[in-house]
Amino acid sequence: MFYRETGQFKTSYRTDQAVFPIKQDAIGIWVLLAILFIVVPLTFNDFWLNSIMIPTLIFSLAAIGLNLLLGYAGQISLGTGGFMGVGAYSCYKLTTIFPDVNILIPILLSGFVAAAVGVLFGIPSLRIKGFYLAIATLASQFFLVWAFGRIEWLYNYNPSGAIEVPTRRIFDIAVTGPHATSMTRYLIILSIVVVLTWVASNLVRGRIGRAWMAIRDMDIAAELIGIKLLQTKLTAFAISSYYAGVAGALMVFMWLGAAEVESFDINHSFLILFMVVIGGSGSLIGSFMGAAFIWVLPIFLRSAPDYIGLEIGAATVEHINFMVVGALIIFFLIVEPNGIARLWQIGKEKLRRWPFPY
Amino acid sequence: MRTRKLLMGLAGVAMLAGSNFVAPTPAGAQESIFIPMLTYRTGPFAGSGTPIMDGMHDYLTMLNERDGGIGGVMLEIEECETAYNAQKGVECYEGVKDRNPVVINPYSTGITLQLIPKAPVDQIPILSMGYGLSATAVGEAFPWTFNAPATYWSQMSAIIKYIDSQGEGISGQTVGFIYLDVGYGREPIPLLDQLGTDMGFEVVKIPVGVSDMQNQSSHWLQVRREQPDWMIMWGWGAMNPTAIKEAAKVNFPMDRFIGVWWSGGNVDVRPAGDGAIGYLSVNFHGTGTDFPAIQDIIKYVVEPGLSLSDPDVVGDNFYNRGVSNAVAVAEAIRTAQQVTGVSVVTGVEMREGLENFNLTAERLAEIGLEGFMNPMQITCEDHAGAHPVYIQQWDGSAWNRVSDWIEPMSDRVRPMLIAAAEEYLSDKPEWQTQECN
Repeated sequence: MFYRETGQFKTSYRTDQAVFPIKQDAIGIWVLLAILFIVVPLTFNDFWLNSIMIPTLIFSLAAIGLNLLLGYAGQISLGTGGFMGVGAYSCYKLTTIFPDVNILIPILLSGFVAAAVGVLFGIPSLRIKGFYLAIATLASQFFLVWAFGRIEWLYNYNPSGAIEVPTRRIFDIAVTGPHATSMTRYLIILSIVVVLTWVASNLVRGRIGRAWMAIRDMDIAAELIGIKLLQTKLTAFAISSYYAGVAGALMVFMWLGAAEVESFDINHSFLILFMVVIGGSGSLIGSFMGAAFIWVLPIFLRSAPDYIGLEIGAATVEHINFMVVGALIIFFLIVEPNGIARLWQIGKEKLRRWPFPY
Repeated sequence: MRTRKLLMGLAGVAMLAGSNFVAPTPAGAQESIFIPMLTYRTGPFAGSGTPIMDGMHDYLTMLNERDGGIGGVMLEIEECETAYNAQKGVECYEGVKDRNPVVINPYSTGITLQLIPKAPVDQIPILSMGYGLSATAVGEAFPWTFNAPATYWSQMSAIIKYIDSQGEGISGQTVGFIYLDVGYGREPIPLLDQLGTDMGFEVVKIPVGVSDMQNQSSHWLQVRREQPDWMIMWGWGAMNPTAIKEAAKVNFPMDRFIGVWWSGGNVDVRPAGDGAIGYLSVNFHGTGTDFPAIQDIIKYVVEPGLSLSDPDVVGDNFYNRGVSNAVAVAEAIRTAQQVTGVSVVTGVEMREGLENFNLTAERLAEIGLEGFMNPMQITCEDHAGAHPVYIQQWDGSAWNRVSDWIEPMSDRVRPMLIAAAEEYLSDKPEWQTQECN
């Protein structure tokens, strides 16, 4: 009733091609941003910010990165965890070499290191496809994790082998390290994620994004119409790894505070892959939905028995958690292979005709 | 099709609504002492973790059941599952830190490393009992972190001392060091290298990645090639039984294979069968059930069915390790109550209790644990104490003590700890230190 475009006439190409062609959506996104930027920091407590909002945002960014590669360019990758690690370790190196530089600069620069590494491991994509490419990126995952553990220079010869985040300040406000409040960190992460999402949404709608999708749908046809495979595929790897790298740097610097090699292992890559698959490949909003789903569901399952008054041991809950998440993944793959984003879309279509569907 | 979509939509809405439930209980007026436990009863480290968690849980529950808590205040014990994963551990920590936990026992060196910088800010002490960052023994530099009864470095020096006391001495020999390739396993390396140079023995390092824990044939092939005179192991979880089985397979002499105190679980040696006979491991507390306090656990907790533990496991090495940790927590709470006069202690008082911790032989006898462990003292300067350890040997069915209490080489270890602490603090200008008189 309220959600429909009756009376909204498109009078120019510009309005016709807007990201949100329906006025309610365009207003909705501003309302959502206002809630995220103003209401959430004022009302949520530390647990909510630190255990739910911050990780969800960071994983969303990583999922967007993988989605650009997998959902838009059609190149499967199992190396996201490793690329996130490259971001985290290069940010650590940069900020320890230049301690006085504003921390946001190393965080954003570290993405470029990850992009360079991504391009290097993306080269095989020119020759191999599908499962075989997955195996090639798997190699990058194992190699990178090996490098993080073995090359002592990367963690500044720290005997524990872990990287620890030093306290860094912007305008005298601690933004990293134990003194940084969750609200500061949340707002910084949110700003970076919003800006990078905006960039991504423009990328996929523009020339580069169209080239990616052409390759995804049929690479021979794309080549015939004049798309350079090498450049386009490598751009996809570079941009995807940039997002993963920034997400990795944010994960260590703005959320965990320290990291070991294990934080970037193969399970981490799978986690991001599940987020993309469940959220919906080829959809930016799906990346957010998938990340929220995979991250929040276990936390919800963990605290749910308490509220019903059931006494279940922590380990049992963890086992139930594995089963439920596993079952849900299968359920989604069968019932809605295009992920939650597709459900969202169907819901919106129905809403436009409600209450008089035809 | 439509109804199905509708149902799914409803399920989604229900989940969104349900997620509002997740808000944690606010820290209001407290009547009990909250002790969160970071456990790992799942994953590849569950074999080592479960008995420890059970021992700790059961002793604290026994205090609740038998004495009504400590000093008349009940203990609230809550578990959070980490699967030995540092990321999940931090998540658990963030979830409990607003509820006035009295102390955090991370039970993982990786988690400890991440929590060390948070402890002074949140004012929650960390008790990493027999693990964690060795340098945190320096109390002046790390007011909020405690790692009694001994650091990994002290323990390593005691092992080297034991090897040196056997037969021809350690000089000129080759010592193999097989370790789990995470923060925990790497921790003793600086000391081992230093002692190698000082005492003239060669060190061969063999790292085992987490993903290779159950597949160590290549590592032990390397052992066979290098022919070390001794092997020292810093293993955990599924790595331990695999290493002991592989050692037996390559016929490495078991009485020259020494495990850290985390590599001496009954579950670690049993899979190798007779091949494990003679295997050595370090320890700092007694095994078995012949202690009145353990009998009380059986009577008040295990028999009424309040324990998650298999009754046969009670008294196993790792079960008793958990008990020893719980004893340290309980005695520190008691000390804190005496020192500060506050009965419902929280982190700030607990830190006082830990710094004044003094578990004497008389006190051990009083709580029904005579001879269970060496008397243990923590001071403001030394948060580990240089407590002696002993070596035990597996005879196929039980652990037997084969050495006297071995004092660590404090004269060598302490200066290195201070240097390491200084280095840790060197890039942290805002670190909170303390003066000890």
